[in-house]
Amino acid sequence: MNPKSAEPEAAAHHVGKVRSHPSQNEGLIFEHSIPGKRGMELPPLDVPPVDPIAVLGAEFTRASVEGFPEVSEIEVIRHFTRLSTWNYAIDLGMYPLGSCTMKYNPRVNEFVARLEGLATEHPSQPGELSQGCLRILYDLQKCLLSITGMDAVTLQPAAGAQGELTGLLMIRAYLESQGNARRKVLIPDSAHGTNPASVVIAGYEVQNIKSNARGQLDTDHLREFVTDDVAALMITNPSTIGIFEERIAEIAAILHERGALLYMDGANMNALAGVTRPGDFGVDVMHLNLHKTFSTPHGGGGPGAGPVMVKKILEPFLPSPIVIQKADGTYALDHHRPQSIGRVRAFAGNFGVLLRALAYTLAYGPGIRQATEDAVLNANYIRKNLEKYFDLPYDLPSLHEVVFSDARQKAKGVNTMDIAKRLIDYGFHPYTTAFPLIVPGAMMIEPTESESREECDLFIDAMRSIAAEVDSNPEIVKTAPHSTRVGRLDETAAARKPVLRWKPA
Amino acid sequence: MRYLPKSPSERQEMLAAIGAGSIDELFKSIPEKFRLREPLALPGPLSEFEIIDYFKARAGENSNGYTSFLGAGVYSHLRSVVSDAIIQRGEFLTSYTPYQAEFAQGTLTAIFEFQTLMCQIAGQEVANASMYDGSTALTEAVLMAERLTDRDYVLVARSVHPEYRQVLNTYARNLGLKVEEIGFTESGQIDRDELTAEKLSQAAAIVVQSPNFFGVLEDLPPLAEAAHASGSLLVSTITEAVSLGIVRPPVEADIVAMEGQAFGIPPSYGGPYVGVIATREKFVRQMPGRLAGETKDAEGNRGFVLTLATREQHIRREKATSNICTNEALYALAATIHLCLIGKEGIREQALQNLAKARFAQTELEKIPGVRRRFSGRTFNEFTLEFPRSVKLINHELLKEKIIGPYSLGLHFPELTKNGVVCVTETASREEIERFVAAVRKILEKPV
Repeated sequence: MNPKSAEPEAAAHHVGKVRSHPSQNEGLIFEHSIPGKRGMELPPLDVPPVDPIAVLGAEFTRASVEGFPEVSEIEVIRHFTRLSTWNYAIDLGMYPLGSCTMKYNPRVNEFVARLEGLATEHPSQPGELSQGCLRILYDLQKCLLSITGMDAVTLQPAAGAQGELTGLLMIRAYLESQGNARRKVLIPDSAHGTNPASVVIAGYEVQNIKSNARGQLDTDHLREFVTDDVAALMITNPSTIGIFEERIAEIAAILHERGALLYMDGANMNALAGVTRPGDFGVDVMHLNLHKTFSTPHGGGGPGAGPVMVKKILEPFLPSPIVIQKADGTYALDHHRPQSIGRVRAFAGNFGVLLRALAYTLAYGPGIRQATEDAVLNANYIRKNLEKYFDLPYDLPSLHEVVFSDARQKAKGVNTMDIAKRLIDYGFHPYTTAFPLIVPGAMMIEPTESESREECDLFIDAMRSIAAEVDSNPEIVKTAPHSTRVGRLDETAAARKPVLRWKPA
Repeated sequence: MRYLPKSPSERQEMLAAIGAGSIDELFKSIPEKFRLREPLALPGPLSEFEIIDYFKARAGENSNGYTSFLGAGVYSHLRSVVSDAIIQRGEFLTSYTPYQAEFAQGTLTAIFEFQTLMCQIAGQEVANASMYDGSTALTEAVLMAERLTDRDYVLVARSVHPEYRQVLNTYARNLGLKVEEIGFTESGQIDRDELTAEKLSQAAAIVVQSPNFFGVLEDLPPLAEAAHASGSLLVSTITEAVSLGIVRPPVEADIVAMEGQAFGIPPSYGGPYVGVIATREKFVRQMPGRLAGETKDAEGNRGFVLTLATREQHIRREKATSNICTNEALYALAATIHLCLIGKEGIREQALQNLAKARFAQTELEKIPGVRRRFSGRTFNEFTLEFPRSVKLINHELLKEKIIGPYSLGLHFPELTKNGVVCVTETASREEIERFVAAVRKILEKPV
């Protein structure tokens, strides 16, 4: 099978039940373990050895870590290399997960993150021996403020969701300082699930509000909801259907009139960097996902970093400490923040992720706008080439992503998940399925700027071919994928009787 | 631009295919007045080589050439180059959260192995796929205890890492969760006399760290007994996970919140690290974070999927157990690879080396007049010493000898300004330890 055949019809006919894989029988590492082997040796002890029972007492001592693997170095290399071949990755091809911004992760970022003098630094070492680390953080702060048009920033949150919570806690602290923390936070029905979950941890109630028929926030509708009890609106802009909230300034004004604030989820900043700045269109607080727009690797689920940018009025409430430059030009961590919300994470945040984001920003400089333009160009190119084949529920201009639905394919009994799984057989990672919730059977496609025209064309061919298969041979789509090491896995059984760790037979 | 795979003419052709006259047309939904007319004020663009120069220059402004005896939540340990080589394989580095299980069996299998290793080392029944770090893992463990007991009051030992306590307080403040701090005794352990029956009858949990911030091991069995007798839970946190190579695991704890940085993850000025929550099987549905579980496909092949997702924010939204989404998967993988390499024998040997080196350093330091061990409790690779002068001043002098001295307790414990926590791991050579001891002796011999 040629997984990326430019001739879709041919591909459809050649895809059968494929189960070949060079390392399909790789077991778990525990199943390779034989007593007496090891994969790492320590230098000999150069001080007198101690008897653990004498030092710790028998009650504090364990004999050994039961079940721990005993394997050699080559076995570890082979095991994990074999596992790696069961993954898809950006390095293999387009990863069109909407809202996830799976772009190229530059290798130089990995190189500089591992430099002696950066990877080796202890977060509690004296400030005078950390000037390089602090300057990296300070330079990144300046870049992020420039890109977002905001006034102040914290780099402490470990991921986007923690950034949301941090922003909400700052809103709360600000409103408390005004005399009333208020009770509710408004969230559109198109929002990421982290938004409402973060609101609850910040001690607020969630008030869901419906999007209008155009997938936008209805300002008249919004006015009804914005009472003196509302602390903030959390909005994702562009929204999760990839569309800019055209009335964003009016939305901000409605909130501000009633003393509420506007929070922007910056998950979709890849559509805006260098083109427009949230600080200019009325946003009071926002977070960025550096593992999305700023290219730090997703690594199979993390790490990320979720810096929060705020307007001047919220600056006193930033988490402590913050990175400052002193009058003499040196850098320091400022812990004297009497109105701070406190710490949200130990130490200086995910420094290694922050460093990579700075490397990315330096690579582009003001040219970051070109990346944004290419991302939007790719999304619109895919939209144009697929809109005859798939239903487009919201016919407004797309920015960095396009959301189709499976409405047409449903008639043949094929849903968005089936099409997504079938994409795997064509050599692509699935798009995002079943999100946002306002689109039944959503197919959310975000190509990012990292895809060449050639790769976009191959993806378009694959999607058209699957659309044809839905008419000619829906079964092959409904039973996909056919080319992976395992077929569709029984998720219900996994949840009903959870097996969450290996145990010896 | 080298990261962008398009020629100018391809861009024009694609615009033509879309039917747009210019790229600006694609941004017309953004109101004109908010569109930037000027390029952003950003440094760059830089070539790959200039980027490397910038970061090498920054690396040169840090602690190069210094020997460090700092621990306090972040530990310097030996690690093989193998784990870094593997986590830089694009298939691991550049893949997403494994929601599409068939196309992510590599990541899912590795997570399952990580969960298994964490259970084995921590003496628990289930462990999650990671939290951000130890501090947020501890906070989430406390929130979990609150849900499990339906009580909104916790008893937290002051000997828990101060920054961990600060994070807990930030979260607790708006959730109506009352945090009461419990002092320590001359042994350096939690003061059990302060854990009155009245407090325990209202508490969701007793929260301790072991080895604690002073390096002292907490005696968990009586704490668990006291907690359980009054419907409360025991939450135990671990910042120095290598201790578990020789120290008895916290099997009595109901929830273990661990920092896994010690498992071969570089200090990297504070992160990324890998937090873990491990607990009893019966509590799994109140656990935050992702979980990988074993299952089968239609043909009976073993495979792994993310499971019990109804706990999570993308399904349950405001009713989720936590808002966590992105975790620290790549560093969970790094820890997994490290632990597979070092293995059952190696983790014990490493722990014993730490024990021996710390004991050697402590014995030598205690020979200096005026220096004494502050707490009587058992310790692993960190220990608290009381000096005849402020630790801040001693550290200032040590820097002149290119030594980063003990963690000064004065900042977080005003009654302990003359006390510092010394950390000695297997990375410290005997010669370095002896140089450190000699330097401290010299400083203290000098008249004030």
